[in-house]
Amino acid sequence: MSGELPLTPEDVAEIVAILDGSGYANFEIRTARFGLKIARSGEAWTQEWDHAAAVSPDIASAAPAAAPAAPKADTPGEAQEGQADEGVAVLPPLPGTFYRAPQPGAPSFVEVGDMVGPETVVGIVETMKLMNPVHAGASGRIAAILVDNATLIDADAVLMRIVPEPA
Amino acid sequence: MIRRLFIANRGEIALRITTTARRLGITTILGASEADRDSLPARMADEVVVVGPAPSSASYLAIERVVGAAVAAKADAIHPGYGFLSENADFARAIAVAGIRFVGPTVASLEAMGDKLMARRVGVEAGLPVVPGGEAEDAAQARERAKETGYPLLLKAVSGGGGRGMKRVDDPSQLDGQIDMAMAEAQAAFGDPRVYVERYIGRGRHVEVQVLGDGARAIHLGTRDCSIQRRFQKLVEEAPAPLIPDDKHRAITDAAVRLTEHLHYRGAGTVEFLVDAETFDFYFLEMNARIQVEHPVTEAVTGVDLIEQQLLLADGQPLGIGQAEVRIAGHAIEVRINAEDWRADFRPSPGRLATAAWPAGPGIRIDSHMAAGGVVQPFYDSLLGKLIVRGDSRGEAVTRLASALNALRIEGVETTAGLHRLIAADPRFVAGGVDTRFFEGLTHG
Repeated sequence: MSGELPLTPEDVAEIVAILDGSGYANFEIRTARFGLKIARSGEAWTQEWDHAAAVSPDIASAAPAAAPAAPKADTPGEAQEGQADEGVAVLPPLPGTFYRAPQPGAPSFVEVGDMVGPETVVGIVETMKLMNPVHAGASGRIAAILVDNATLIDADAVLMRIVPEPA
Repeated sequence: MIRRLFIANRGEIALRITTTARRLGITTILGASEADRDSLPARMADEVVVVGPAPSSASYLAIERVVGAAVAAKADAIHPGYGFLSENADFARAIAVAGIRFVGPTVASLEAMGDKLMARRVGVEAGLPVVPGGEAEDAAQARERAKETGYPLLLKAVSGGGGRGMKRVDDPSQLDGQIDMAMAEAQAAFGDPRVYVERYIGRGRHVEVQVLGDGARAIHLGTRDCSIQRRFQKLVEEAPAPLIPDDKHRAITDAAVRLTEHLHYRGAGTVEFLVDAETFDFYFLEMNARIQVEHPVTEAVTGVDLIEQQLLLADGQPLGIGQAEVRIAGHAIEVRINAEDWRADFRPSPGRLATAAWPAGPGIRIDSHMAAGGVVQPFYDSLLGKLIVRGDSRGEAVTRLASALNALRIEGVETTAGLHRLIAADPRFVAGGVDTRFFEGLTHG
């Protein structure tokens, strides 16, 4: 059986109203199911909850066995192209899913051998449903593309390498 | 009567639906992703079914898995929350085939309002004014449309909502680049690259009307103003929309009810209007056929539980409230506390919360699934929770908002709380009735 939602917002407001009329600055309660701390903060009050004791109900699984996690960029896929260790590293602006093209089926933003400038968009990273452009960050030639399309990447993943050349 | 409700969503709205369902004596079954199996909504639900792995495309957006899980759990109704599958007609159809009630409008209403072009046509049919513009399937068509609308213009995903894939273009030199990005976002977010090109009204306010319909009769629960937006994502919402002359206010709510009845709409919905901030002329934009993120401000000033109304209407009951019984009392404001670094271009800030001290007290409501120790996943949107304040007057609500924000303390991830403190102190906001350019004029700290 699940945890009951312990107190309504009205309950919390009433506790605050009682405390406000008293000299107390803190109120803390801990039961088998939840913890709640109400504290004075300047002229107002805060509520901090701890639901660690609430246990999830038995979990059924309607899904087939979870798909294996997408390969991480630090173990590059088979599609690694070009020279992996020369030139300037292109890093993503954020962790997320890296895409090489603006949409499925569309040509990639760049290929190995292409000339780019610092502002050239070389890919997209999707994080929290937003598309963030990946800029080359340097002038030069794309020496290597190290991450496959649609790969989940960390913020420190090296996506590409650029060998600097004057534009 | 609904006995077993399957909740096909996550986060604060899943918890919000659970709260009302429990009060009504309904058993709740949460369909969660692997990443959310230990979330607060999962702990509070009566039953939990894992519908798939973390990425939403394989869980919260996977129609077959969600419907299959609901059938296996012997659910008699599904609440889709907002976002994800909430306005997906294929989903509603699959639910109906499975013999389960959809807590939302009919498939016909979803189809009429799910597409901005169709919505516009239906709006015109119902006699509502609309903004000049049209659809484009590719960049070339978008350039043609742009000649008709002029600049500045807006690009919106035809299948979209919530600001995804929406771009403002100020002059022709920016058009090509923005079209590519808008189409890419539209494709990624909705599986449909089509965009809508529309004239941008310079000083516009975003005003929406909460409606309820039972298929025959419709009522409204007043207006909300959501003009404070950044890149078309709402930041602050309030009810009622302030400083609109009574006759115009009434014309807006009347138009919303007219559209709702025209559609024979059943359920809760929101009719969105663009209102000229100077003349108060209004244009119908679209209807959102779902519960909205900002629904609590309407609840705060009407005392009506909108989730309860959704469940009763989905159960086939006639409207239990008459228009004359709806009283708007006081003023409410909601701010969205997102896990984003607003000083760094609103960069998402996933991570674990070390502290979550939410404001508390009379006139304050917190809708959140996040407590200390909770993890903000990189897979989903960045909403940590909503702070809703109510006052007897707008002035009282603004004062309460400022004091609540000063008390709020979240550590471990970056949040938008600091931005909201700036907004709450901004003289334009304190005066009320700002237009959608408010954010551009905000003095960043």
